[in-house]
Amino acid sequence: MFQRNLFKQLALAGFVAGALGGFAPVASAADQIIKIDGSSTVYPITEAVAEEFQKSKKGAIKVTVGISGTGGGFKKFCRGEIDISDASRPILKKEMEACAQAGIKYIELPVAYEGITVVVNPQNTWAKSITVAELKKIWEPAAQGVVTKWNQVNPAWPDAPIKLFGPGADSGTFDYFTEAIVGKAKSSRGDYTASEDDNVLVQGVSRDKNGIGYFGLAYYLENQKKLRAVPVAEKEGKAPVAVSIETVKNGSYQPLSRPIFIYVSDKAYDRPEIKEFIQYYLNQAPKLVAEVKYVPLPDSAYKQATDNFNKRKLGTGFGGEAEVGVLIEELLKREGKH
Amino acid sequence: MAANNEQHIQEIRALIKKHKIWDKVFAIVGLLAMLVGVTTLIVLFANLAIDGAPRLLSWDFYTSFPSRRASSAGILSAWVGTTLVMLVTAISAVPIGVAAGIYLEEYAPKNWMTAIIEINVTNLAGVPSIVYGLLALGLFVYQFGLGQSILAAGLTLALLILPVVIVATREAIRSIPQAIREAAYAVGSTRWQVVHDHVLPYSTGGILTGVIIGLSRAIGETAPIITIGALTFIAFLPDSPFKGEFPYISFDWIMAPFTVMPIQMFSWTSRPEEEFQFNAAAAGLVLLGMTLLMNALAIYLRYRIRRNIKW
Repeated sequence: MFQRNLFKQLALAGFVAGALGGFAPVASAADQIIKIDGSSTVYPITEAVAEEFQKSKKGAIKVTVGISGTGGGFKKFCRGEIDISDASRPILKKEMEACAQAGIKYIELPVAYEGITVVVNPQNTWAKSITVAELKKIWEPAAQGVVTKWNQVNPAWPDAPIKLFGPGADSGTFDYFTEAIVGKAKSSRGDYTASEDDNVLVQGVSRDKNGIGYFGLAYYLENQKKLRAVPVAEKEGKAPVAVSIETVKNGSYQPLSRPIFIYVSDKAYDRPEIKEFIQYYLNQAPKLVAEVKYVPLPDSAYKQATDNFNKRKLGTGFGGEAEVGVLIEELLKREGKH
Repeated sequence: MAANNEQHIQEIRALIKKHKIWDKVFAIVGLLAMLVGVTTLIVLFANLAIDGAPRLLSWDFYTSFPSRRASSAGILSAWVGTTLVMLVTAISAVPIGVAAGIYLEEYAPKNWMTAIIEINVTNLAGVPSIVYGLLALGLFVYQFGLGQSILAAGLTLALLILPVVIVATREAIRSIPQAIREAAYAVGSTRWQVVHDHVLPYSTGGILTGVIIGLSRAIGETAPIITIGALTFIAFLPDSPFKGEFPYISFDWIMAPFTVMPIQMFSWTSRPEEEFQFNAAAAGLVLLGMTLLMNALAIYLRYRIRRNIKW
């Protein structure tokens, strides 16, 4: 008996599967879903905003956030699959072209600062500060296999091996760091321990007395007991600046501070829930950005960004290239490029 | 003569003794080999349990959506998503896989075409899962317009486990004695009657095992699901399949956006705050529990079915 039943169930399952196969896909248009995807760096901020926004709307408006990376996010964005793209760097030329081809215009909104932090092991007593030139000496492609000891970077430092930890080549942090330090995006030595997961880098540096690495400020702030941040001097003779929420915010931590963005599709602009969400985002950002350990922009910048959004200011303030040390207020006033 | 015989026996004894030593050696090597697997599992389990216990034991963890605060973040959308995706996977892979297995074993003529199909099916079982993800992205998500939905994910994983189900079905069918079929044919059964009344009921246990092994593989898959675009933050559930009014069931949920357990875990492990690691550990235990539960179900069903076979 039982076997018969089971067989019947199998047949039923087959029938259901057939029914599913013939099921015509109907997008539930009644639901208001705001689709966001993109950078894992911006993700914690967008997640926090999405969480609070849905709570405040009691679930009437739904928000989804994915992590495809900045590049993956822009791909989907320019295909019109998502409404908002999280980006840890400005949109690139290639992506601008893809968007233009698909007829997708966008509004660029900076939402926070991120400070890329250079860290060493707490037992490292010598690297009290480091200059950009010294960082370049460590990380430039020509250093591969050549610069292997601390005293090769600075003669005052010990004759000990230098162990490098950094993000992988798909990361926006990597792009910006190489641009700011080496002078050309994605130009780096390759013989270092690379991981897209910043926690792996934290572990690496915290276990190796001779380690040095770089990653986002949030990961340093969470692991201050295991790591020491090295103050960075922009030029020889300039005073080194220690990384902190304050120094990133007031722009003195240079050149390793960068703004991070969201891009809103112009196609979604007319939907009331999108407007509401963006206004909520920029309004709540000062509080929520700090809560997830990122650095909020000055209040005036959020106001300016809200203005830009309300005025439907399209295009990017960048020319499709990474730029180091850009001032947020100035950026928001730039003419939008497409 | 006697001395010679005695010597002979001595030699044989020595030989047996030597062989017995090898017997022991292998037993020890075998035991060690087994312990590697078991110990790994136990250490992993203990490690997860120590980290994840506080979150694992709180009910909120199962009924909360993801959150920026580790202590209030939960796996509700993830476990519902995983369950629904598995449901779609099972109801699409099982009928197709079992039917294909029966056809290959009972109906297909033994010629070069069948041989090619057989080799292909076996090879498909070894294709890396990301390849299925890419295929599904092009076919299901864009070509068929299914989007980043539970249906697309379920069908992707169904493709992934299809070869496993087919191979298991064939193995199970092959283990049925030929005499059973011959007896049925002898009393005038058609091929379909033989399959329906004898082959399928007797092989259900083996088929189920294959299905569960396939599903256990699918439940932990991350790569193909990420490829087709599963989300990380989603704080609402798909539409309920059951409705208060006619027609009482709804299929809206299969088009809903979703996330699954492995993605939720992965996202937590890369967060800066240490507490998220505990969440990830707890989610890992839940996932392990779901797999064990499926295995237990398979063992139970197999036992029930075996008991009913009387030959």
